[in-house]
Amino acid sequence: MLRVHSIESLGTYDGPGIRLVVFLQGCNFKCLYCANPDTIEFGSGSEMTPESILLMAQSQRPFFGKNGGITISGGEPLMQARELIPLFKMLRAHGFNTCIDTNGSILNEAVKELLQHTDLVLLDIKHVDAKKHKKLTGKANSRTLTLADYLAQQNVPTWIRYVLVPGYSDDEADLHGLGMRIAEMNNVKKLEIQPYHKLGVHKYEALGWEYQIPDVPSNTLEQLSKAKAIFENYVSEVIIN
Amino acid sequence: MFKPGNWQNAIDVRDFVLKNVRPYDGDGSFLCEPTQRTKDLWQICLDAISQERANNGVLGIDNQVISSAVSHAAGYISKDKEIIVGLQTDQLLKRAMKPFGGYAVVEKACEEHGVEVAEDVKNVFKYAKTHNDGVFDVYTPEIRLFRSLGILTGLPDNYARGRIIGDYRRLALYGTAKLIEAKKSDLLGLTGPMTDERIRLREEVADQIKALSHLKELGDIYGLDLSRPAQTAQEAVQWVYMAYLAAVKEQDGAAMSLGNVSSFLDVYIENDIEKGLITEEYAQELIDQFVMKLRMVRHLRMEAYNEIFAGDPTWVTEAIGGKLADGRHKVTKTSFRFLQTLYNLGPSPEPNMTILWSKDLPEGFKKFCAQVSIDTSSIQYENDDLMQCTRHSDDYGIACCVSFQEIGKQIQFFGARTNLAKTLLLAINGGRCELSGKQVLNNIPALKSDVLDFDEVMTNFRLAMKEVARIYNESMNIIHYMHDKYYYEKMQMALVDTNPKINLAYGAAGLSIVADSLSAIRHAKVTVVRNESGVSSEFLIDGDFPCYGNDDDRVDVFAKDIPAYFNGLLKELKTYKNAEPTLSILTITSNVVYGQKTGATPDGRAHGVPFAPGANPMHGRDKSGAIASLSSVSKIDYRESLDGISNTFSIVPKTLGATKEQRQENLVSIMDGYFTKDAHHLNVNVLNRELLEDAMNHPEHYPQLTIRVSGYAVNFVRLTRAQQQDVIARSFFETI
Repeated sequence: MLRVHSIESLGTYDGPGIRLVVFLQGCNFKCLYCANPDTIEFGSGSEMTPESILLMAQSQRPFFGKNGGITISGGEPLMQARELIPLFKMLRAHGFNTCIDTNGSILNEAVKELLQHTDLVLLDIKHVDAKKHKKLTGKANSRTLTLADYLAQQNVPTWIRYVLVPGYSDDEADLHGLGMRIAEMNNVKKLEIQPYHKLGVHKYEALGWEYQIPDVPSNTLEQLSKAKAIFENYVSEVIIN
Repeated sequence: MFKPGNWQNAIDVRDFVLKNVRPYDGDGSFLCEPTQRTKDLWQICLDAISQERANNGVLGIDNQVISSAVSHAAGYISKDKEIIVGLQTDQLLKRAMKPFGGYAVVEKACEEHGVEVAEDVKNVFKYAKTHNDGVFDVYTPEIRLFRSLGILTGLPDNYARGRIIGDYRRLALYGTAKLIEAKKSDLLGLTGPMTDERIRLREEVADQIKALSHLKELGDIYGLDLSRPAQTAQEAVQWVYMAYLAAVKEQDGAAMSLGNVSSFLDVYIENDIEKGLITEEYAQELIDQFVMKLRMVRHLRMEAYNEIFAGDPTWVTEAIGGKLADGRHKVTKTSFRFLQTLYNLGPSPEPNMTILWSKDLPEGFKKFCAQVSIDTSSIQYENDDLMQCTRHSDDYGIACCVSFQEIGKQIQFFGARTNLAKTLLLAINGGRCELSGKQVLNNIPALKSDVLDFDEVMTNFRLAMKEVARIYNESMNIIHYMHDKYYYEKMQMALVDTNPKINLAYGAAGLSIVADSLSAIRHAKVTVVRNESGVSSEFLIDGDFPCYGNDDDRVDVFAKDIPAYFNGLLKELKTYKNAEPTLSILTITSNVVYGQKTGATPDGRAHGVPFAPGANPMHGRDKSGAIASLSSVSKIDYRESLDGISNTFSIVPKTLGATKEQRQENLVSIMDGYFTKDAHHLNVNVLNRELLEDAMNHPEHYPQLTIRVSGYAVNFVRLTRAQQQDVIARSFFETI
């Protein structure tokens, strides 16, 4: 059984083509800017069997075209890596493209096995600097960087995702730092800059939580294109999502 | 100059297209912008439209003359700039009286706009009988009750039924002389014995012959010799338009589609371009001016009409693209030129451009269509692969919103629709109307318990559907008998084969409510709350239940099975002229009025809440995103709803993807996927909800804002406030 927050059957931002995106419930990070805070707590959400997700994928296959498929996002999907293994095995057996969108903080035997059945990893690196990562997410970035190394070593196709938060993760030196690290990874095909937005703020109100960075403005176009230019020194394809 | 074929020996336009069409595999880069003449003319039209809106939606009414093909002197927008001429009256946007559908309706429409019908005309209808008079002479008490309670709604009993598509191409290919000759020969062949049917048909063909000579006279009024075939591209466009114009001068049918003229006209246009007679710029000008004329078509309607057909639609539906039976596709450069008018003249609901989508259409065209949808929200799509393999013709148009009609070979009797959600309530209330308390059906037993039992409700629902089907069928037979008798479409029928095949186009509304209600009754615990007179006033639901629109078979099965069952009941009933019954899942804009006329339903919907349009899932209940919603709708079987299954899809541009290319590609993938799953129809809106909210408050800034509603498009600002609110409340697929 998987603990699911919600389903987005028209996913156009979480991997190539049109994708069935399953958002799992529960996250081990608590990012200051999280746009889906309702996915953080464990225990809520609803239970779904891998078979029912396979059924949806089969029904929706004609929409996937050449590039689309299934993406598991969250929350943090690797928290449920063990439960995902049978799903990914089935999906692969039926010829579906599989993708995981993760903060990269877990690497155990289940994750290693799951990655054998994964076509693409969307690796969210929240920050290259350990201290700033901790400030932003509440956790160290060492595990994420370990997984990055493992993905490179196993040559798992990977896209890096980076949320550009003004004042928190847009320091030029940090962007170069991250770029240099990624440049060494031959498995990285693409980097996606995720603009910072506040569209999730109303969810904090609904949860009775306080939004931690209310004064941070959205990115300017200049900030976004500057970050893009920096990353383009290190990665062949950089896009702004 | 054209490749020979059977079209030279018989009236056979399809053969002409087949032999001469030039499929085009490229993209839209050859297209031209509008000429100065086109821009000047369109500015005059835009000014007239804005005056029309300021003047309560009607610019002027001719209250003196009963409209016919030849009733008015020539009218122009600005004569020296027009390369395609002809207006319905002598003045742009002036509306004419066509009272044979119902005189009272015309009188009311005039009165609502401060005009009195001329004495002459009044006098005529002291003696002449209309379609409306005939129907109400014959209606039974049961039909009247069904009508007044909103179980049957929008029946064409006081307005013209429309839906018939004349093969307007015939005028260009043959001219009136040859068409008259062919009809005369048909008449000669209609010999005895003189049964009712034979006498009626002879009279119809005789009327058609008169109509063709009126058509020639209409040409004379504009200085055109329509007795002969068109010789050039300009003439071909002009001739086709004249044939259509004659039809909309004579009839005010609810929907009067154009057919599938673009690839036919392409033959003439490419021929002239090849010979060096015209340029691409002129070719586009021809189509721009033709389309401009089609946008100016108006009928005189009373205000109540707006409830079911909001926004003053005319359904000049033009089917574009599709494939030929021999495997070639029918996309031509003129397919592109038609779509290009949405840029050259701006977005517009009319003509109602419908892409006949096949997975095998060229990529360049698919992407162009997707971009047109993204930019204008003005076009709709239908599944050509599905219709061809089910209906066995590659020369068809779309009647009204979504309905297949083989051009020149087949017609349709329009049947409006019945309310299946209310029928379900009859089943729960022992055959009584939940709002009035009136006994409507006598064969429905009272339920044994207020906690609804699925099997018991289904048994009653089947009984109720059977009775509703019977009464619906009776009303249809009466309506079409009388329409033929008093308001026969002689002009359109003159351009159709003698004695064509007929579909009787029934319709059903409220499917998503029925599906969700049955799901609630089956998967949760639903208790009826009854008022003092014992009919349901609300339903208490305990527990969760799956909703239609989430690709969940536990509920989607009801959306599939109920129309099939109801269609089966309709098929058993005898029809006027032996028409073949078909069923649509379509609401036009009557989903709002249906909501008002239907009490609370077991799915938790409150009394008064609008129905979802067509086959759409209920607003906000399709929570798994667009693809799951589309997948649910695709499960409804077209073979059991051959009149069409309408789905209206609204999506925020950003949700389609980050870049222009991604949005194009993803929309193409959506269409390919949806139609691969044997879905039938899709309206595509790509816009932000905020834009519509702003348009509600500042209509003057959005004169051309177009939105697809249910099988057709409207100018958003011409909807009533309630209808605008309904459109805004619908699901807009959006991801954050």
